[in-house]
Amino acid sequence: CFLFHRGEGFNGLFLLAVASITLNFVKEAEIKRINKELANIRSKFKGDKALDGYSKKKYVCKLLFIFLLGHDIDFGHMEAVNLLSSNRYTEKQIGYLFISVLVNSNSELIRLINNAIKNDLASRNPTFMGLALHCIASVGSREMAEAFAGEIPKVLVAGDTMDSVKQSAALCLLRLYRTSPDLVPMGDWTSRVVHLLNDQHLGVVTAATSLITTLAQKNPEEFKTSVSLAVSRLSRIVTSASTDLQDYTYYFVPAPWLSVKLLRLLQCYPPPEDPAVRGRLTECLETILNKAQEPPKSKKVQHSNAKNAVLFEAISLIIHHDSEPNLLVRACNQLGQFLQHRETNLRYLALESMCTLASSEFSHEAVKTHIETVINALKTERDVSVRQRAVDLLYAMCDRSNAPQIVAEMLSYLETADYSIREEIVLKVAILAEKYAVDYTWYVDTILNLIRIAGDYVSEEVWYRVIQIVINRDDVQGYAAKTVFEALQAPACHENLVKVGGYILGEFGNLIAGDPRSSPLIQFNLLHSKFHLCSVPTRALLLSTYIKFVNLFPEVKPTIQDVLRSDSQLRNADVELQQRAVEYLRLSTVASTDILATVLEEMPPFPERESSILAKLKKKKGPSTVTDLEDTKRERSVDVNGGPEPAPASTSAMSTPSPSADLLGLGAAPPAPAGPPPSSSGGGGLLVDVFSDSASVVAPLAPGSEDNFARFVCKNNGVLFENQLLQIGLKSEFRQNLGRMFIFYGNKTSTQFLNFTPTLICSDELQPNILGFITKPVDPTVEGGAQVQQVVNIECVSDFTEAPVLNIQFRYGGTFQNVSVQLPITLNKFFQPTEMASQDFFQRWKQLSNPQQEVQNIFKAKHPMDTEVTKAKIIGFGSALLEEVDPNPANFVGAGIIHTKTTQIGCLLRLEPNLQAQMYRLTLRTSKEAVSQRLCELLSAQF
Amino acid sequence: MRLKRLGELCKRREGLEIRFILIQNRAGKTRLAKWYMQFDDDEKQKLIEEVHAVVTVRDAKHTNFVEFRNFKIIYRRYAGLYFCICVDVNDNNLAYLEAIHNFVEVLNEYFHNVCELDLVFNFYKVYTVVDEMFLAGEIRETSQTKVLKQLLMLQSLE
Repeated sequence: CFLFHRGEGFNGLFLLAVASITLNFVKEAEIKRINKELANIRSKFKGDKALDGYSKKKYVCKLLFIFLLGHDIDFGHMEAVNLLSSNRYTEKQIGYLFISVLVNSNSELIRLINNAIKNDLASRNPTFMGLALHCIASVGSREMAEAFAGEIPKVLVAGDTMDSVKQSAALCLLRLYRTSPDLVPMGDWTSRVVHLLNDQHLGVVTAATSLITTLAQKNPEEFKTSVSLAVSRLSRIVTSASTDLQDYTYYFVPAPWLSVKLLRLLQCYPPPEDPAVRGRLTECLETILNKAQEPPKSKKVQHSNAKNAVLFEAISLIIHHDSEPNLLVRACNQLGQFLQHRETNLRYLALESMCTLASSEFSHEAVKTHIETVINALKTERDVSVRQRAVDLLYAMCDRSNAPQIVAEMLSYLETADYSIREEIVLKVAILAEKYAVDYTWYVDTILNLIRIAGDYVSEEVWYRVIQIVINRDDVQGYAAKTVFEALQAPACHENLVKVGGYILGEFGNLIAGDPRSSPLIQFNLLHSKFHLCSVPTRALLLSTYIKFVNLFPEVKPTIQDVLRSDSQLRNADVELQQRAVEYLRLSTVASTDILATVLEEMPPFPERESSILAKLKKKKGPSTVTDLEDTKRERSVDVNGGPEPAPASTSAMSTPSPSADLLGLGAAPPAPAGPPPSSSGGGGLLVDVFSDSASVVAPLAPGSEDNFARFVCKNNGVLFENQLLQIGLKSEFRQNLGRMFIFYGNKTSTQFLNFTPTLICSDELQPNILGFITKPVDPTVEGGAQVQQVVNIECVSDFTEAPVLNIQFRYGGTFQNVSVQLPITLNKFFQPTEMASQDFFQRWKQLSNPQQEVQNIFKAKHPMDTEVTKAKIIGFGSALLEEVDPNPANFVGAGIIHTKTTQIGCLLRLEPNLQAQMYRLTLRTSKEAVSQRLCELLSAQF
Repeated sequence: MRLKRLGELCKRREGLEIRFILIQNRAGKTRLAKWYMQFDDDEKQKLIEEVHAVVTVRDAKHTNFVEFRNFKIIYRRYAGLYFCICVDVNDNNLAYLEAIHNFVEVLNEYFHNVCELDLVFNFYKVYTVVDEMFLAGEIRETSQTKVLKQLLMLQSLE
């Protein structure tokens, strides 16, 4: 059948396309042929003879074809626009297609295009109107919204508009509303749009429902009447016989897509208040559930898919309302059947949907009955995404009654689980073990098992938490000491175990010291045998354990002092280790037993706070899934079990004291809080917007980044951003109006970052002023502990204020991370210092005496007023520091030229400190007001 | 700055919509790409390659859904062609899976036993079919009869 469909006049090109399909034709030959063709088309367009519509269409179509083959096209736009005004459908269609595929923001063309669209909209020819509307819906630019947002609602609700045009108009309006909601004013048309739900033409209803759903999300009040109309429409569809809807019946299912859309629309609202409407909706939902039980009308998968599409959407609505226990339980039973269906798709969707059902108090128990099936899915499913859903569901259905079983299953799954989901499983197990522990020895065993099976995936939060709990519960301390002691006997144990073991034995080693098999010396030797294999932080922790041993077990004091005194400790290259060794050795020598006992007293219980692990999982999952689930469960388990739940306490503070914290406060920097604050406003240190939805926008600028930004005004290198996962360092150099910035992204974790994608964003209005280009994308995978580098080329076109924003998105473990920081590209970076004599300076100073050219700021010193520091800052700012210019030697004077692509701007500055008042007066004079203003702002913030 | 922001793809939109429709062959050649969001050419190329990498490694026993960035791809394979629709994660999987099939049946009817080369040679017609059935990232018309009638009417104007 190949040759019959070949279009005429395209033979050469098409053969090429065919060749590259079938033979993987040599690329150069293709390019050569294409270039020849392009030259030919170009000469036709430029030729003296005006082309007729047919030829023009033919060549524009060829260009489009070449573009779709993957080649750049830089001409033909004008010819395409010309085609729009043709009266022949084919010519117009190719013209519109070219515009839709190759939109160009060339404003002059947009005007011409809009003009053609306007004519077609007014033509009353439904075919032409359709083409015009489809073009608007494809391009959807702001210019188009400005031109047509007022017109399209009229087309949509006009009585004489053809149905197919109405469909297009509805969706076209939807597109414009999405791109420029401010340009689509609500008005009289809105109520008429709602009534399109009653339209006879189901295609119109289909299109209108999408529009109404989107509008209703933003303006629920205004579209409230859509609820009863949607319910009655839905009711008519689900009760219709399979032949009633004719064209809209798909494999014996009446209007499946429209049903789905109507059910979606209803999810914008709470259950209907009007009992009649509510009753009718319940009937619809019951009918849909009933139909699922009927024998299929066809064996085709299309039939069952269409039917189940509606069913799943109905279940979503039932869960959304969460008010009809009967429907919830029926939904759950239906999904239970799907769990064992032979179609992988259905098993996957059932697991996913059941996960939300588990958090409803009405259906939680019903979900729990499927535990064996779900565990089985974990073991047998071939598709990792299905297994992942099974893990999610087990987590969601877990409560006190089944926790031991679920935790055991998850642990055994962890041994073979895909690397991509291990960390998440570790977190889930840790949370469940803690939450539902009745017997805390079980909890301790579980966490030690976690470390044994998946030590690399056990994050700080997890092992901090086990220590917290052991410290807070004295009934488990002896057991914990014994268990870690035994676990440490293994010849190869994970470093995380050494950390936990070191900490617990340091605190509670005395509880097992009575047993000769775990005497103090044996404990010490055991720990110290791991010492040399460990990283610096772990060694630091062990040193603290040793000094605690000195207090707990005076008999090992000489042994420990010997260790501390050895060269490998006292002269350790690592400053932190060396300092600890020196201080601990000194402490053990000079302090009396009493003092030692006081200083090294057992850790007091930690205040009960929200688990930092939970916070971490929330961070991984986004708030909607975990929070709701946890809250409902917490309530439930209090009701059902009456057991003491850990008070959910303050959600604002939950930093966990790090066990490696320097006990004496003698050490270096205080350790970072272990758990992230729960909300992005919780602390300035939290730089990632952890609670952004998984499908989120570019993250808002990280809090605190402004300060960081200011730090770079007078310097070019340093750390721009840092959080628990990521560090961003910068090195930059600037010459004249150009700059180059090396950005270093460091992965601080031991886990890969996936889809690591940094993007530069300039707000549009600045586009012409400051340009940044990422020269090469980084590899999307950043290994744990690795650092990758990226180069950004910068060009200053004209003076500017807003710096470009660097947005970084990546997946860490299972979660999406989104960080935005402003790149410290400021106007002063384009300074060239200019040396000049006093006389010249004052002459120029006077030339710039126009009031607009001068900007002055008087402000209070924020930093100590040190002359040398100030000088360094002015030089770092980029201007020359002119000595012996100002008659007052206490003042600072600088001069330089700002280089932009378009112009050069001479700048003079003068800074007058007033030590007594602790104030400065800064004066800037440049030939351009905006430049004076911006430089003054930037420099003022530095002192 | 020409670089189109990736973040655009992650912008949380109200409502549900198709982000793009792709038809690719096994070798990764694109046979149709319809974008419902603005991307620059480099970004489009990147998406095309990623989708191909994600979809072609899956076997027939796997689901027809796969997580993709912060979205999901609903896909179905017909002979050597993959039909892929990128939608929001909480969108209705089966509805889009059948929307693909509905679309393929229309193509099959319109081109009388459609094959890959029909899509190459008649690319401009394929775009028309897409626009009749999907517009602005939404399902526009689902009736095969109505779509085919409209397509024949348009064909008569040629």
